[in-house]
Amino acid sequence: MYPSRFRYESPKTVEEAIRLLTKAGGEAKILAGGQSLIPMMKLRFAAPQMLVDINGIAGLDHLDFAVDGSVRIGALCRHATLERSAELKVRQPTMAAAAQLVADPIVRNRGTLVGSLCHADPQGDWAAVMVALNGELIAQGPSGRRSIAVSNLVSGPFQTTLAPDEIGVEAVVPVPSGVPMGGYLKLERRVGDFATVAVAVAVDMQGSSVARAGIGLAAVGSKTINAIEAAASLEGGPLSESRIAAAADAAAAVAKPRSDHRGSAEYKRHMVHTFVVRILTRVAASIEKVA
Amino acid sequence: MTSLYEEITPTSSDIPIKRITLTLNGESRTVDVEPRLLLAHLIRQGFKLTGTHTGCDTTNCGACTVLVDGTPVKSCTMLAVQADGHDVMTVEGLAGPSELHAIQEGFKDEHGLQCGFCTPGMMLTSKALLDRNPDPTEDEVRWALSGNLCRCTGYQNIVKAVLWAAAKLRDDADGGGEG
Repeated sequence: MYPSRFRYESPKTVEEAIRLLTKAGGEAKILAGGQSLIPMMKLRFAAPQMLVDINGIAGLDHLDFAVDGSVRIGALCRHATLERSAELKVRQPTMAAAAQLVADPIVRNRGTLVGSLCHADPQGDWAAVMVALNGELIAQGPSGRRSIAVSNLVSGPFQTTLAPDEIGVEAVVPVPSGVPMGGYLKLERRVGDFATVAVAVAVDMQGSSVARAGIGLAAVGSKTINAIEAAASLEGGPLSESRIAAAADAAAAVAKPRSDHRGSAEYKRHMVHTFVVRILTRVAASIEKVA
Repeated sequence: MTSLYEEITPTSSDIPIKRITLTLNGESRTVDVEPRLLLAHLIRQGFKLTGTHTGCDTTNCGACTVLVDGTPVKSCTMLAVQADGHDVMTVEGLAGPSELHAIQEGFKDEHGLQCGFCTPGMMLTSKALLDRNPDPTEDEVRWALSGNLCRCTGYQNIVKAVLWAAAKLRDDADGGGEG
């Protein structure tokens, strides 16, 4: 299968890339890892007139851990870099848990976190994780940079609030409000398949109390779901069995799954509940072990 | 110089053709390509190296895996123009002039293949694993190969083959000193 014809540009700076996007007037796509875009172009679901390949731009492949606990992930930082980072396991265990479950190992060598956010696939892993972590996307356009909360980035299936001449240059996970803990669980039929259901739970712990919580759901709606009330119900108290169950109930209630060949809506909703309980029970157990 | 422009786009088009230079199995090659040409097709149709197999053509199976700068990549999911300035290794680059690579020996000795379709991708992914981790556990081998699908073997002998090759390579590196 071949994609439709397109013009190929490989700029050396972000500014040059933005100029190309402006010139293309909404008919261009950015090529980073290409692990979703190229298959979609081959299937002719996407037929951009121009591809702006940003792989030749220096300074975008960083994974930086700041002293304050925030994490910055550049537009060319591959999933494999995140998967192999020992520091990420300590700094942001929710991200580390997800990194090893994105697609398959070969795809992870090329695919990028920022690309996954900008692609806005409702079944995408990273948007759920970044929503749980209160993450932001830094977008750069002709008039400079702006920060977009990932929960406001996705407007629908494969749709974002990015302007056609903006590039997602970096994702930022803000400073945690305690010890960052959490997890990511994904139900998939086989390695590399899209998620049937996936749940990201992030909790910042102060002692045995939850200072901040976030829960993101993937593949159970037409876009990534931010389970705000479920997360809020966890804050200000310990991870007791009853509080975990209440959060899981609330998360399952906001899921909007549809029955398909991967499972019934009831089953998927049940799995959201199961995953929230499983992740938080593990976190609670690890806290007990330390204490 | 090979031109793949006429072959794929026989009609005229205003899309500019790109001239790229890559290292293929240690040899520098320059070629003119249309941007939409996939790396898998450049390798197979352009350079006539048919060891790289296109299986699913949808980024699932890993049969088309090649090493780009030593990293496994699905060549059906990378544009040929993106290989400009990079080092590409296909299965044809594994063996030396007179002897098989240890991974190839392993697949032969441990019966790591049946129909052989997935084998080139399996071996190149294994090579990248062993370059990074010369002494992997069985779990690490299974994890590394989880993006390469095999419909014949049940993976058992493939995993054995990679572990065999790992032991052989470690042994060779030690000068054959231990057992």
